[in-house]
Amino acid sequence: MTEVLNMPARVLVTKIGLDGHDRGSRIIAAYLRDAGMEVIYTNPWQKIDAVVALAMEEDVDVIGISSLATDHLLVPKLMKALAEAELGHVRVVVGGIVPDEDEADLLAAGVSEVFHPGAMREEIVSSVEGFAAEATNARPQD
Amino acid sequence: MNDTPEKNGLAARLLAGQPAALARAISIIEGEGEAVTRLLKSIQPNLGRAVVVGFTGPPGAGKSTLVNAFIAEMRGRGKTVAVAAVDPSSPITGGAVLGDRIRMAEHTMDSGVYIRSLASRGHLGGLSASAARVADLMDAAGYDVVVLETVGAGQSEVEMAEMADVRIVISAPGLGDDVQAIKAGILEIADILVVNKDDLPLANRTVRQLQSMLALRAPSDWKVPVLSTNAVERTGLPELADAIESKAALRTIKGARAALSSRTRRLLAQTAAKHVEDLILRDQNPTAEAIITALQQADIDLRTATSKILKHMHESLPDE
Repeated sequence: MTEVLNMPARVLVTKIGLDGHDRGSRIIAAYLRDAGMEVIYTNPWQKIDAVVALAMEEDVDVIGISSLATDHLLVPKLMKALAEAELGHVRVVVGGIVPDEDEADLLAAGVSEVFHPGAMREEIVSSVEGFAAEATNARPQD
Repeated sequence: MNDTPEKNGLAARLLAGQPAALARAISIIEGEGEAVTRLLKSIQPNLGRAVVVGFTGPPGAGKSTLVNAFIAEMRGRGKTVAVAAVDPSSPITGGAVLGDRIRMAEHTMDSGVYIRSLASRGHLGGLSASAARVADLMDAAGYDVVVLETVGAGQSEVEMAEMADVRIVISAPGLGDDVQAIKAGILEIADILVVNKDDLPLANRTVRQLQSMLALRAPSDWKVPVLSTNAVERTGLPELADAIESKAALRTIKGARAALSSRTRRLLAQTAAKHVEDLILRDQNPTAEAIITALQQADIDLRTATSKILKHMHESLPDE
């Protein structure tokens, strides 16, 4: 089927693991909203399989994981679970406190980009827009 | 056009009840184009099975929380449930934060429940332009109950009335006096009135106000019940589900066809209106500009200007 044109990017902004500090994810949700995207926002403490189910039901292009307290270490598991659910086209970005030595592991696991403290609004928005376009193109054809 | 769903094609997977196919189909249906027509054509034979229940009411009345409790009640009755929850898009940027399903998180991992967040995308009336079609897709995917949750509605977002088999209007205690209750608007479309947050002090008074409002109505076949619920404590849910099932049992094929016809009529009117709006408000079209200037300077009256713009529009449209 033909691709859907001119649709706003759909982005799931969430947190996995045990840390509940969600101010950062709320700010990101507002940035993306103000850039014209549709943000599905959830409570923190999501389980991996719940994130996969949410991404599937909401047909998102991008998942943004906010991690401030080592929850980024769970992201490779998320990547694997997404692939198993035939959601390999969904792009995943991580933002928050990610030590440099962990970043390479995340990228190797398939994460599209890691945003560190000080990342600018414009930078985040344009990256996420680009990844959403990539996800649309990488989607299995119906 | 080939109407039979391709084997393993999107429509076939949707009709087989695969949630991922439903998710994809909803995204497609929110757009335009040939894919939409093809998809809608292939689900036609499978429509009309689900009971479509609309939940509307002002912001903060507890719509999402009540929908969450209602899902649990219906799951307990062995029914599968699909929910389309609409939140507003920004009129400025078009963006949206969709947070209704935060209140429904307990159902995320239940395969008998599908929840989709929709942005209103500039559409007024409480739903999104594609909401009726989304409900059809959910119906075709085999869910027993389809819930449409509107944006926080004011007094006139009555569009849900044309799309739902059963219409629930939720009030929170203490919003306005008994004159509010007799004004025209969303209260009029209700098949069932719910006063949520019934632990609040003014709840009983709100129930009585709604009951006395109903007492002034002309008699009809369906007696609108006023129910009290507490969506957090999960009280009043069996009564609500019973009332919904009683109302749904009164559905007739004739009524369903009439509703479908009025939905289609409304969809066409809205889409045509959107074209006119774009021509007048957005396109810098010289003929439109000339008509606007003439109207502004009182060279022509509003009725003449309207015919002129429609005539111009007709001439400029491509034949399809």
